[in-house]
Amino acid sequence: MMAVSRLRPGARGEMLCVFLWISVTACIVCSYWISPVVTVAVLSSALRQSTPLVLGAMCGLLSERSGVMNIGIEGQMLMAAFWGFLMHVWTGSLMMGVISGLAAGAFAGFLFAWMSVSMKMDQIIAGTIINILAVGLTGFFYPTGMSSAGKLKIYSVPLLSEIPLAGPVLFRMSPIVFLTICIVFLLHYCLFYSRWGLRTRATGEHPKAAATMGISVVKLRYGNIMIGGCIAGLAGAFLSLESVGVFERGMTNGRGFIALAVMIFGKWTPIGAWGAALLFGLSMSVQTQLQFDRVLSLPHQFTGMLPYLITIIVLAIFIRRNRPPASLGVSCERE
Amino acid sequence: MDGFPVLELKGISKSFHGVMANSGVDFKLKKGEIHALLGENGAGKSTLMNMICGLLQPDRGEIFIQGNRRKIQNPKIAIQLGVGMIHQHFMIVPGFTSLENIILGSEPVTRMAIDFRKARKQIAALSDQYGFSIDPDAVTEDLPVGIQQRVEIFKALYRKVGILILDEPTAVLTPQETEDLFRVMRRLARKSVSIIFITHKLREVMQIADSITVMQRGAIKGVLSPGETDEQSLARMMIGREINMISNDRSAGAGRTVFEASGLSVNSSRGFEAVSDVSFCVREGEIVGIAGIQGNGQMELSEAIAGLREIASGNIILSGKVMPALHPRKMMENGLAHIPEDRLKYGLVLPFSIAENQILCTYYRNPFARFMWRNRKAMLNNSRELMDRFDIRAGGPEESVKTLSGGNQQKVIISREFSRNSIFLLANQPTRGLDVGSIEYVHRQMLTLRDKGAGILLISSELDEILSLADSILVIYRGRLISMAGKEGADRASLGLMMTRGLEREK
Ligand SMILES: Nc1ncnc2c1ncn2[C@@H]1O[C@H](COP(=O)(O)OP(=O)(O)OP(=O)(O)O)[C@@H](O)[C@H]1O
Ligand SMILES: [Mg+2]
Repeated sequence: MMAVSRLRPGARGEMLCVFLWISVTACIVCSYWISPVVTVAVLSSALRQSTPLVLGAMCGLLSERSGVMNIGIEGQMLMAAFWGFLMHVWTGSLMMGVISGLAAGAFAGFLFAWMSVSMKMDQIIAGTIINILAVGLTGFFYPTGMSSAGKLKIYSVPLLSEIPLAGPVLFRMSPIVFLTICIVFLLHYCLFYSRWGLRTRATGEHPKAAATMGISVVKLRYGNIMIGGCIAGLAGAFLSLESVGVFERGMTNGRGFIALAVMIFGKWTPIGAWGAALLFGLSMSVQTQLQFDRVLSLPHQFTGMLPYLITIIVLAIFIRRNRPPASLGVSCERE
Repeated sequence: MDGFPVLELKGISKSFHGVMANSGVDFKLKKGEIHALLGENGAGKSTLMNMICGLLQPDRGEIFIQGNRRKIQNPKIAIQLGVGMIHQHFMIVPGFTSLENIILGSEPVTRMAIDFRKARKQIAALSDQYGFSIDPDAVTEDLPVGIQQRVEIFKALYRKVGILILDEPTAVLTPQETEDLFRVMRRLARKSVSIIFITHKLREVMQIADSITVMQRGAIKGVLSPGETDEQSLARMMIGREINMISNDRSAGAGRTVFEASGLSVNSSRGFEAVSDVSFCVREGEIVGIAGIQGNGQMELSEAIAGLREIASGNIILSGKVMPALHPRKMMENGLAHIPEDRLKYGLVLPFSIAENQILCTYYRNPFARFMWRNRKAMLNNSRELMDRFDIRAGGPEESVKTLSGGNQQKVIISREFSRNSIFLLANQPTRGLDVGSIEYVHRQMLTLRDKGAGILLISSELDEILSLADSILVIYRGRLISMAGKEGADRASLGLMMTRGLEREK
């Protein structure tokens, strides 16, 4: 009758992921045994480095799960980083800075939704417009010589931060990093168990079916893209207000695109994307550590390549294996 | 049948960019009746129904539900008014389970999450009430079409449907599944659900309808009851002329072999073997019919022959030459004509014009191309001639095929494929979804081609089509071919049995 063994599609990919994680965990434990200080530093740096990627991936995921391909994450982040920093300097309040960052992200999202959902523009072009717009606007209006006014402080959870290895990594961190982890789990739960999640997934798979069941595809996509914009805005705020502390031209540096790779690697699920982003974050912090220590006498150009190299390899392996939402990129026709 | 109409349409009109799809339609649906809606392709049946379920807005006219005038601006309002529609193309999210598909849009919720337990209970209660059931946890894309359709019916019942619209529900069903569907429909009607049933199969209409409305060119031609009419006069009313059942009464000349498959195995997209070790041949002037229920490997077999799918093992031999796999142009140049199963996906480029679609296989050759340039004039001349010869009804050669009716779209494909000098025709479900007039037309064209000496492989799940056209009949079951002795040994009952059970039960 049928062939003897029918491997579930994607089963090999899952095995690969589990294997990867086991080996990474083993490496961490070993290195902690050798040098605790460096390990803690590398790990918490990995967590920090992964934060904008996770947030970017959540932004992409929100819109792609509802069927809109979003390559404008980079631009959304950049606008938020810029606007958040400016507001922070002008008002002197970090809180205002973060909130303005969110608003800027949501506004960029609104613009993107208007182009891709209402005007039914090609979604790749709409995303590209957002990216170019962001580079242009932030570059043009960037007031040079603006000094930093401090950044978000690191917060230690009293008792928990004393636990060896896990304590300093997981419980001594800045607010946005912590918020990111909460967002990941909240989003995962909502996407797979809530009414909104079911409708979002249905819209991404078969918008017409959703429409015939009385769901407003346009409203849902607008909502998702704008919430996604807020989350990308948080990533931007993280860059300019928490990680670096000032705005620099083009400071997102391709993170919006790596976030896309992360999202695909994570199979369009929040927790999957989180795991993938951690892996990327780890590769980045290991890379910096390697440059710092000069353990390997490699030129820094080579170690600096590491995150991008991993992006290419991961995409080459997974992009064909992981299935995107079925009607991704197709605008819903209604007469 | 007692009482007032649950649904009444008065003077409904609708046009698309100047094309009248409905003009002044009056329609009444009584409570608890099964009302068949007939009409040729493009008569405007689906358009009319889409206006009742809120997907389209009428340009003029009024809709009354339970005697009250209603404006149905979107599907949500239609659902609230108890209107449910099962579309010609199913509206099911393929990756979802039946349960998720049923509750989508009307989910019961606790504070934050969906209350799956409650949903399950509600579905079980519906099963009890209406006496048919489904597996709520099955993923819908793995289900046979008959069951998917049942999920669609559950979707409507879950929303307390009072008016159920079924748009060509039997087009893709097996005879057995059709029987099941009719049983369900009768039960629903008894529970006072009113049903509008669209179909092209007149036999079904006579079998199940309480009353019949015939549409022609966007208007109502007449309302009848099945007692006062028969299939012939219904067909005449729909098409406006007499229909002759085509049958193949000429015995096949034993000519040269034009096509041969030897030991052919083909894998499905999911990786398992969909066609296993199949061998057969088609001779000049012969029609070989492959009967079978959809999903038994027909798609993979025909794709392999057309050069669209990899061959796992075995050979395809066209006019004596072994053909390489995955080389559709080579197949065509050696004399293959192909009517694909899914005409919208593989047969036509929808946004292109009729003329462009007619040269899809020959655009690179004289006279349509000179060096690097296309010859527009030759293309248009060719198209005008073909439209004339094959009676394609459309505004002109430059009209986009997207807006043509199903029958005319099929005619565009046939005009393209039959006007090349082909020696072998691969026709997969050539008449699916077509009205009786178009079916007659397609069959006649196939017989003409046969008379010119071409060999034809006809793959179909319509028993009547196979029985009336084929010279020899094969049955495909789970990727294997079972050969019938000849045309004489085959009748509806034994063929139907083989299609559903293969040979195991026969012996
Ligand atoms: N969205 C649209 N845009 C333009 N024209 C359309 C559209 N939908 C339908 N039409 C046209 O309206 C007419 C009626 O189409 P409709 O789909 O209602 O026919 P039908 O009776 O359902 O035919 P079939 O039996 O093939 O399903 C056709 O001429 C068709 O080309
Ligand atoms: Mg129709």
